[in-house]
Amino acid sequence: MKFSIERGALLRAVARAQSVVERRNTIPILANVLIEADGDEVMFRATDLDIEVLDRAPAKVERAGATTVNAVTFHEIVRKLADGALVNLTDDGASGRLTVEAGRSNFALATLPRQDFPVMATSEYASNFSAPAPVLRRLFDKSKFAISTEETRYYLNGVYMHVAEAESGRVLRCVATDGHRLARIDAGLPDGAEDMPGVIVPRKAVGELRKLLDDDDAKIAVSVSETKVRFATPEITLTSKVIDGTFPDYTRVIPVNNTRKLEVDASDFARAVDRVATVSSERSRAVKMQLDEDRLILSVNAPDAGNAEEELVVAYSDEKLEIGFNAKYLLEIASQVDRENAVFLFNSSADPTLMREGTDTSAVYVVMPMRV
Amino acid sequence: MPSLCRDCLTTFQDAPRCPSCRSPRVAAHPELLDLSIAHMDCDAFYASVEKRDNPALRDKPVIVGGGTRGVVTTACYIARIKGVRSAMPMFQALRLCPEATVVKPRFEVYSAVSRQIRAMMDDLTPVVEPLSLDEAFMDLTGTARLHGAPPAVMLARLTARMQAELGITGSIGLSHNKFLAKIASDLEKPRGFSVIGAAETMDFLGPRPVSLIWGVGAVTRAALERAGIRTFNDLRRWDRRDLEDRFGGMGVRLWHLARGEDMRRVTANAPVKGVSNETTFRADTADADVLDGHIWRLSEKVSGRLKAKGIAGRIVTLKLKRSNHSILTRRVSLHEPTQIADRIYRTARGLFEQVAREGPFRLLGVGVSELVGDTAADQSGDLLDPQAASRAAAERAADRIRQRWGDAAILKGRSLR
Repeated sequence: MKFSIERGALLRAVARAQSVVERRNTIPILANVLIEADGDEVMFRATDLDIEVLDRAPAKVERAGATTVNAVTFHEIVRKLADGALVNLTDDGASGRLTVEAGRSNFALATLPRQDFPVMATSEYASNFSAPAPVLRRLFDKSKFAISTEETRYYLNGVYMHVAEAESGRVLRCVATDGHRLARIDAGLPDGAEDMPGVIVPRKAVGELRKLLDDDDAKIAVSVSETKVRFATPEITLTSKVIDGTFPDYTRVIPVNNTRKLEVDASDFARAVDRVATVSSERSRAVKMQLDEDRLILSVNAPDAGNAEEELVVAYSDEKLEIGFNAKYLLEIASQVDRENAVFLFNSSADPTLMREGTDTSAVYVVMPMRV
Repeated sequence: MPSLCRDCLTTFQDAPRCPSCRSPRVAAHPELLDLSIAHMDCDAFYASVEKRDNPALRDKPVIVGGGTRGVVTTACYIARIKGVRSAMPMFQALRLCPEATVVKPRFEVYSAVSRQIRAMMDDLTPVVEPLSLDEAFMDLTGTARLHGAPPAVMLARLTARMQAELGITGSIGLSHNKFLAKIASDLEKPRGFSVIGAAETMDFLGPRPVSLIWGVGAVTRAALERAGIRTFNDLRRWDRRDLEDRFGGMGVRLWHLARGEDMRRVTANAPVKGVSNETTFRADTADADVLDGHIWRLSEKVSGRLKAKGIAGRIVTLKLKRSNHSILTRRVSLHEPTQIADRIYRTARGLFEQVAREGPFRLLGVGVSELVGDTAADQSGDLLDPQAASRAAAERAADRIRQRWGDAAILKGRSLR
């Protein structure tokens, strides 16, 4: 194998591929990136056996071939090369070394045979559709904060992507919850997604996926089967196993009869919550909300550290209410609101509270109160 | 040989009596002035406090205890002569020593005295590690220049001060590590001052029983006996690897202790890090129902201790020991601290399901760590488990019933498994 490639293009491709490599792994080949040169492009492939990233970059290929090298080392080297340099990579197949040349720098990296690299089996996908990057970005960005990290409930360690029936008709929906808050985000159902099986996309795949979604004009090709999900742009293909488990019936969790309604400017609210929460350093600190006639008093009482109180003018005309929440959870859901006012719907101080943006029901959040 | 008069604190060389005050209370040891790890243990602490506060009892046998469990908490040395021991049922103690005065424990008084003793120890060194109200480790390494006297002198001064100012006597063990210091303090109680030097460590331990080792309870002792190990000499004949294979991490510890090696440091203000309970089964088992019963009972025990202390923890740990003594632990971090048995149980149960097929097991333990005060505990519910709140409320109600009517008044069917 022999090819030359522009350093910038090489760095972009290698950086994306190496990020899936598990830093602490015991299987040597999984620390490596598979480099395949053929035609006028080079493919970089890395995997942790659950996720595979395949990244293509244009290159001048003199001799087709393939090999694997340590992904982290290779990435570090490419990162430190001068910008704009032309990088020559050669693997003679016999020495067990990949030579990396750029200007006066010369590296020889140990390789492992390409046959050892576990390429993820291609599978039949039940559903293939295309979705604009901004649509997927919204679905996952607004839901991922609620993903659980609790291993005992592994089926919550991802975003449940499925087709659902909303008031507006059938939608592509993402739901995540950790049992304390829940996010339910809807988007118009793309053509071809009607028969998509519901899948739980693991947290790590959600993180990797995000890197594909920065370009507003990009179209993402999505393929879904019962066991795998694939997101692809012309350069990058991200394939991930999905979590083998049943996502709980979240519909019973979303309150429908909450009648006490609070409307507040989300950023004013978030800033106030952040300010009062400062007095407590506890991880699960509680913020108390006292609501009475267009007035909201936020307070935190930390016996060891002190207390704080702040008053906000809000729209609230229902019965008096006192309710507590984990400050972090309140901040997280308030920061999801970006256009209109935040609308909170309460039942009692012990029941789940619903939050949405204005009258928009395509993104709703549920949060469990805390005893205060 | 360096010698120390424990009455006037004079140091001198080789003499059966103190050359300046003629006292016979002399501590003499070749390493006396070099050793700096100490263990202080009060003599019959609760009984001594009672005698101090009621001088009429001074020459009479005194037993502190009774209360709900009807056992001896502490017996004074006069009662001990008659055979009365701690943890003995009261009726048995009184049969042995009918003339004894039984006093109900007054824990507030004991802890006040304990604080006074602690203040005196703090004057000696910043590194004081209390084990209970009446005993503590101290590391006096490097304090000789500050005090202008070696650790041995300062320790003798400590017990003299305790006796003069508080009317409480204590025994000192002085050695080169915690393990030996604790053994030493017990050698010549009451009012003892014993030294175990580095040079004599091996000879000293050799013929003694391994049950001297803190943490070697009945089960371990039986296991050691099956391996033909009774004394430190027996233990020393074993290869390190063989001990490790047979007894796991404990084996490595035993190998070191057999040689009088103990690397644990004296740590000041070591806070409680976790609360855990474990149980070793009579026979190894892989029966999920039996193990489930153990998980529940242990969760309840841990929860009870957390509730009694007004604390709660965020991390739940499940510990299992396989038949070959290898240990398996799984832990999970909760999003908020808990002290509720039901939550501890469900979490531990979830962990158990991950490893159940690794059985059979010989031991199971449940622990809670990363402790905080209980005001921050169990404040929020679980969206996906709406019944959790009512189960927790039922548990609190059952706790109140038990407080009033006793532990057996109400229990879960699960605990009978």
